[in-house]
Amino acid sequence: MSDQKKTKRRDFLFTASYALGAVGVGAAVWPFVDQMNPDRSVKALATTEVDVSAVEPGKSITVLWRGKPVFIKRRTQSEISEARSVKMDDLKHPERDEDRAKNPEWLVMLGVCTHLGCVPIGDKGEYNGWFCPCHGSHYDSSGRIRKGPAPTNLEVPKYEFINNNTIKIG
Amino acid sequence: MNNLIKSFIFMFLFIAFFTGKAFTEEKKKLLKTDWSFKGYFGKFDRASLQRGYHVYTEVCASCHSMKYLSYRNLAEEGGPEFSEEQAKAIAANFEVTDGPNEDGDMFTRTARLSDRFVNPYENDKQAMASNGGAYPPDMSVLVKARSGGADYIYSLLLGYENPPSDVILDEGVYYNKYMYGNMIRMPDPLSDDLIQYNDGIKATKEQMAKDVTAFLAWAAEPHLEARHKIGFKVIIYLIIITLLTYLSMKRLWSRIESKI
Amino acid sequence: MSDHNYVPSSKLGKWFNDRLPLLTLSAHLREYPTPKNLNYWWTFGGILTFCLIAQIITGIVLGMHYVAHADLAFDSVEHIMRDVNYGWLIRYVHANGASMFFLAVYIHIFRSLYYGSYKSPREVIWIIGMIIYLLMMMTAFMGYVLPWGQMSFWGATVITNLFSAVPFIGESITNWLWGGYAVDNPTLTRFFSLHYLLPFLILGLVILHIWALHVPGNNNPVGIELKKPSKDTVPFHPYIVIKDLFALLLFLIVFAFFVFYSPNILGHSDNYIEANPMVTPAHIVPEWYLLPFYAILRSVPDKLLGVVAMFASIFILVILPWLDTSKVKSAVFRPLYKQFYWILLIDVILLGYMGAMPAEGTYLLIARVATAYYFIHFLIILPILGKKEKTLPIPLSITEPVLGSSAKTGSTKKEETYN
Repeated sequence: MSDQKKTKRRDFLFTASYALGAVGVGAAVWPFVDQMNPDRSVKALATTEVDVSAVEPGKSITVLWRGKPVFIKRRTQSEISEARSVKMDDLKHPERDEDRAKNPEWLVMLGVCTHLGCVPIGDKGEYNGWFCPCHGSHYDSSGRIRKGPAPTNLEVPKYEFINNNTIKIG
Repeated sequence: MNNLIKSFIFMFLFIAFFTGKAFTEEKKKLLKTDWSFKGYFGKFDRASLQRGYHVYTEVCASCHSMKYLSYRNLAEEGGPEFSEEQAKAIAANFEVTDGPNEDGDMFTRTARLSDRFVNPYENDKQAMASNGGAYPPDMSVLVKARSGGADYIYSLLLGYENPPSDVILDEGVYYNKYMYGNMIRMPDPLSDDLIQYNDGIKATKEQMAKDVTAFLAWAAEPHLEARHKIGFKVIIYLIIITLLTYLSMKRLWSRIESKI
Repeated sequence: MSDHNYVPSSKLGKWFNDRLPLLTLSAHLREYPTPKNLNYWWTFGGILTFCLIAQIITGIVLGMHYVAHADLAFDSVEHIMRDVNYGWLIRYVHANGASMFFLAVYIHIFRSLYYGSYKSPREVIWIIGMIIYLLMMMTAFMGYVLPWGQMSFWGATVITNLFSAVPFIGESITNWLWGGYAVDNPTLTRFFSLHYLLPFLILGLVILHIWALHVPGNNNPVGIELKKPSKDTVPFHPYIVIKDLFALLLFLIVFAFFVFYSPNILGHSDNYIEANPMVTPAHIVPEWYLLPFYAILRSVPDKLLGVVAMFASIFILVILPWLDTSKVKSAVFRPLYKQFYWILLIDVILLGYMGAMPAEGTYLLIARVATAYYFIHFLIILPILGKKEKTLPIPLSITEPVLGSSAKTGSTKKEETYN
């Protein structure tokens, strides 16, 4: 066997060993990464049912869903008409109120400021909606960003009315 | 190489010695049955686990809790694998206490998949008081908590006998030839046709003992199937990479005059 | 460490290396001249380093999910086993990893005993090693308490009660250890804290252990000091690296069999029963790696003396370099020592076996004889043997035979590749 051939075979052996070794190390790292992902018991708690029968018009409640506050607001007629009369051009993140609140009386959204995650305060701010005390973002009566550093509107989670009194979030 | 082989033989002997001997307690010969989950490729028998859950819920659950299991586990991969709808329906048979609500009161609601198995007793003291002072052990990890494991539980369930003439039993104590000390507070829980299986299998005493033990074995080690599957791949991988490393080593050391 | 002057080739490398000579260190580690006649018993140092790192990584991960509270510890372990992604795998690797770590450390220690690696000029390596071993036992013991099962609880009770043997202040010491009047939540939380801390102390000592090793260099099966670098040595990288790697992979196969196919065989089933201060298990057995010491403890009928004997059995190893008076290192050239070495090994295994048996009748008698022999070996046999034994002639170099005509002559094939 010539020296050249020998070298080639040696290279192949070493390359194969390195490659297979890298695959093994990669596979061994995965469990250590994945263990930090939400575990099975956390995933199982993905839905929450809320009884909203006691909420008066104009009032709101805050419930915990996946460790975050969810605002459930029963809006008055004037709040609804205010939210629906806003021109799309005035919005930083244009979304129609009709799309955010399927049932106009009920506004359900995550109470987490889209800027850096603080919880906005209700019935505050310049737009008759929510105001985030951390960095001064103003949201309107549909939870849309109107002024301040937040980039987008307050997020609307997946939810549905199971019956007239119960909302299932998630 | 000779040394290497010696060192590994030594390692195996060393471990075998300690594990074999260290924990030998006085053990009766246990009844054996063909568990589908033993061995390198062992898997649970789904139908058996489903029947086992049936036995657990109708026979054992009135006294024994399984506090580390949730109803969702019944539908998870590697277990009895009830469909999600079946598991939801099972959960819906139970009431759990939740709350407090807005008024500060606790209330009951039907159980959901995310709920833990409902305990038969409020607390351990109540469990003891209701069972003549003997606490019916939680069954979530029972199979791992008994030396002999599944074989022991299976034997115990079939080990009830009339006491030998020289043994006098107190009221509410039974004789079981596999129990430590032979005295057990639990009356013989199983008898032929005690329950009716949904899948037409005849519910003999042996069949029920086997099914419920398999169910408990799964409950104690819910990731057993994943463990066997991953383990096989890992070991195959290790063998291949070891061979490659060996060849690389031989190649490298051939540059110098020395034995490895 | 300064057996060569390394100059990085790049400008940046030189700039950095002048300020922090990491590249010199790395070059030193790569070129470190290692005897080429090391056998596979020498690969356990590398295996042990792997074990330590693996325990630290899996341990940190488990610490993310474990709750150190008497009411929640057992639950959180079950949570890890059931719900955490790959939690079962990580916990089984950690739990069996402890056993594999001890297995490797025992082989490492007995290799040292056979080849006389503890002798001059390597006494400091040996003593650091013994401190590491002691810390390992403490770490393992406290780790075993954390799942808060029956064996955790009662093991902790028995071991901490050893200190109650101290005259006059024994009770104060145990109460101080427990943070109460029995093993309870305060004990658990402090054990968790220390269990997290000690491995990093071990890591620091391991670095010192290796540093101390790199001063005189490795011992070898022939037990003579080598000139380094010479034709008797090879650079650590790649020759020793790949050999250690090969041995590590074989070790991992054994490890994997435990983790995947009998993960609970080395533990005790009672530890899957939650701790209950009202009920003691029928049999309290420590983990297998502590059994020989447990046997020594129980074989002495007096409480204080039993504890003293147990600690003495470890301390005696620390002063071993001065108990063994023989100038010859390797047992290969010490025909009598070789036989006593095997007797000692059997004696220690026997002690381990007795530690697992009930302390009564014949078992106790055998344990007492074995304990006595353990001390006789180190205190009487070794000092006398070193003076009286007629050793075999020692070769001048590892490649040259002693009285050599039949053996092959030290060839210099491709000498340039490693010089």
